[in-house]
Amino acid sequence: MASALINVPNKARRGEIIEIKTLMSHIMETGYRHTATGEVVPRDIITSFVCRYNGVEIFRADLFPAIAANPFITFFTVATESGKFDFEWTGDKGFTETASASILVE
Amino acid sequence: MRSTRTIAVAVLIAAEIAASPLSATEILQAQRRSGYSFMAPDTQAIQNDDTANPGMLSVLDGEVLWKSKTGAAGKACADCHDDARTSMKGVAARYPAFDKALGRPVNLEQRINLCRVQNQQATPLAYESRDLLALTAFVAQQSHNAAISTDVDPQLEPFLARGRDLFMQRQGQLNLGCTNCHDDSWDKRLAGSAITQGHPTGYPLYRLEWQSLGSLQRRLRSCISGVRAQAYDYGAPELVELELYLMSRARGMPMETPAVRP
Repeated sequence: MASALINVPNKARRGEIIEIKTLMSHIMETGYRHTATGEVVPRDIITSFVCRYNGVEIFRADLFPAIAANPFITFFTVATESGKFDFEWTGDKGFTETASASILVE
Repeated sequence: MRSTRTIAVAVLIAAEIAASPLSATEILQAQRRSGYSFMAPDTQAIQNDDTANPGMLSVLDGEVLWKSKTGAAGKACADCHDDARTSMKGVAARYPAFDKALGRPVNLEQRINLCRVQNQQATPLAYESRDLLALTAFVAQQSHNAAISTDVDPQLEPFLARGRDLFMQRQGQLNLGCTNCHDDSWDKRLAGSAITQGHPTGYPLYRLEWQSLGSLQRRLRSCISGVRAQAYDYGAPELVELELYLMSRARGMPMETPAVRP
């Protein structure tokens, strides 16, 4: 099943500020809801998001129960060299997903 | 809390609507507006960008399902219909459509399930299940920007008329018909939210309130519960007739699937 949508420009000029957009499929169950019979629906959220640019961590976020389903995280960085962005999401119940995108810097 | 407040405001609006001597007037062609135009720019931006629109996650899921073999026949949708980009182009803009064998109109979800049962020999998918929504979203997305043209089939006439009657019919403890809000009061607000004209241009769509994709029937059922009437079950002929009337009322408007709504 498809899980992530990533938007990174294919090409950029060296030193250019680029926007990176990520959308991850996840229910983000808060852990504060109850079923009709009164049982707590266990928390099931993404707890951490990391982006690495050619292996170097450039962005990290901690996520909490108030964040809506299918978290959309967008941020900016400076295009320094051609290479690869690696994205990693980790969460409850052993959730872990990765995605990557490459960029050509001229 | 939220629903109590919504109902309280609904009662106020209901009192206002009951007091005013209005008769249902259909919206002029030139005045028709998609729900999109009632949204805040921030919400519009989510729909505009395919990499920000969470509905696209379901479309991608649907594409995987389209190509995967299922059922006793061991066939995928793609084995008969090939590339959905050509075979399904404009199809959703013509639904609900008349089914000769059943002698009544079926909506897109029902068509997908009929195809599953008859041709793939698989079990039908449950309404609002992740897989049925994904397949429907994938098929309907092939009609993105196509003009809605549902009611060309003359066999649909009696069903269309019943759908229209249901739209005009006052019902529930609040004694409201769809028309009282969506024809007569679409320039007003309910509990801070815009009352839209109710054109189903983008289903299945991603509602921020639902935090998921949902069908037109889900939307209709929550509206019917909102006027405190008993909602029809998923797949009920009455809901399909109402879908049919709504689509014919939106004739010519472009499809937006997968749309985003607040």
